[in-house]
Amino acid sequence: MINPAFPNSWKNESKPHKFCPGCGQALALKALGYAIDELDLAKKMVYGCDIGCSLLTWDMFNVDTIQTHHGRVIPTIVGFKLARPDSVSVAFLGDGGGYAIGAQHLVNAAMRNDKITVILINNANYAMTGGQLAPTTMVGQVTDTTPDGRKEEMFGNPLHGPEMIAKIAAPGAYIARTTSNNMDDCKAKIKKALQNQIDGNGFSFVEILSMCPVNWKTNTQESLDFIDKKMVNVFPLGEISQEGMTNNQITNH
Amino acid sequence: MQKEFLTGNEAIVKGVLACGGQMLTGYPITPTTEIIHYWAEAQIKNDNLKFLQTEDEMSAGFAMIGGVLAGQKAFSATAGPGNVLMQDAFSMAESLRLPTVAFINQRGGPSTGTVIYSQQELNLTCFGGNGEGLRIVYSASSVQEMYDFAIKAFNTAWKYRFPTFVLSDGYSAKASMEIETYELAEKNIEIIKPEAYLLGDNKNDSVNLRNCYNLETELNMVVEESKKAFDKIASDIIEFEDYKTLDADIVIVAHGIVGAAAKIAVDSLRKDGIKVGLFRPITLSPFPKNAIRKILKNKSMILVAESALGQLENLLKANIYGLTVEIETLQKAAMGIDVEEIVNRVKEVM
Repeated sequence: MINPAFPNSWKNESKPHKFCPGCGQALALKALGYAIDELDLAKKMVYGCDIGCSLLTWDMFNVDTIQTHHGRVIPTIVGFKLARPDSVSVAFLGDGGGYAIGAQHLVNAAMRNDKITVILINNANYAMTGGQLAPTTMVGQVTDTTPDGRKEEMFGNPLHGPEMIAKIAAPGAYIARTTSNNMDDCKAKIKKALQNQIDGNGFSFVEILSMCPVNWKTNTQESLDFIDKKMVNVFPLGEISQEGMTNNQITNH
Repeated sequence: MQKEFLTGNEAIVKGVLACGGQMLTGYPITPTTEIIHYWAEAQIKNDNLKFLQTEDEMSAGFAMIGGVLAGQKAFSATAGPGNVLMQDAFSMAESLRLPTVAFINQRGGPSTGTVIYSQQELNLTCFGGNGEGLRIVYSASSVQEMYDFAIKAFNTAWKYRFPTFVLSDGYSAKASMEIETYELAEKNIEIIKPEAYLLGDNKNDSVNLRNCYNLETELNMVVEESKKAFDKIASDIIEFEDYKTLDADIVIVAHGIVGAAAKIAVDSLRKDGIKVGLFRPITLSPFPKNAIRKILKNKSMILVAESALGQLENLLKANIYGLTVEIETLQKAAMGIDVEEIVNRVKEVM
């Protein structure tokens, strides 16, 4: 399939995007943009973003958007969906917003089976504030606040969000992990997560592994290797249900 | 118009329903919880109403904002530590000029304090958040006013687009009183209709809302503009009760339920020939600055009575700066103040 260079749902006036060179979020959002185009959602969708790097997306799309406080995009989108059940309501946030400061909102939205779509970026660190420990930082990984690497005895093991959410989600929920360095798989899973909301099946959640070269201090190849050789071993890609990984097929066109 | 015997929390819900409130997102906390009960009961009988018991007050506040953005007259209700948590959302509403309504039934503080009563959430409600306190705060002195101000708060919020609060207390929330309830048409009150700020009708371009700015100058302009708008509408919003201050030697300044006690104290003292009056700010924010300054022009003494240690006193002082008037106080943190105490205190300071 030949895509246009940029999704139609991207807002031209706010391009080039505001992310650091080599950031995976721009790719993840490109995948979301194509998904919006293909499902024709631009006029039916509300997109909320959290704080952290995700706030840089407040004017990314030609869809109605709201930028919220740290951790609070999920309840904002839950409230919007409650008020407008006919809307396609999407919350976009990072691993800090979803797994730390706003973890209670993710857990409870999943428990209630709120018909919203949550897209969460996992780049294994707090990027906007300059690269500190995140719930997703891997054991041994060096960050500004773990200068000699994440130690299990001090900070525990990285949180596995989709696996955790799968344990509490209701039937009809869609839960998956993909990666921003595979545009096809990323778009395919985002589309499924949006379609799942449109069909009224249940809570939809996609975690996207994402390159953070500035804070990882990696060049292009090292950034890709960080995902392909390190992160996917800790955070396996695929669709996840209560029973565990149900589909580890990766879409590759 | 009819008479009903209601608790404050029941009166609030009746008021919200009377003025077209549509959506409550809330988290139970004493002494406010019954608002959520009554709304849940109303909601199961009416499909047009929305309700969500959230996981915490932050969620309640932001879900309320989500509802407001979608064009619902959404509101919340909380108290004490819940009011602390909900400031996160109120601050965003202030930043984006979103109409929100919250009912705050004050309980004792600091911290978990008591679940019962205080007037210690004045500062938090008027000035909470990392901003300039551009909020509209009504202080209700009775169950009747909890009903009246519920109606008023929605219209004010949606007319002027500032976060709006009805400040009350645990005593009033839980006490049953006979009040007058009414249809809005009977009082010629027109309901201000909400609009959807996102996914609204007749739009071509997308709407992108944010509360985070790149440059100091950008944010400065936004805040200055909001402040200008707030100052401009202040005179339309400001309300107060001026009770027998004209010839008074002493003016009692009190708000909420303490103001109600002070009013009875005024009548009692006047029976003894003591010339005393009451100034009761109904809007704590914007504060009736010009009114109190005018009243105090030729007065020599004020008695500030409050169930807190100086929150009203400090607010008053900021607004009467430059006047030469002696200030006496009757302040009890997190405890009620009865009529006799006010009577005795006036006699003491005279």
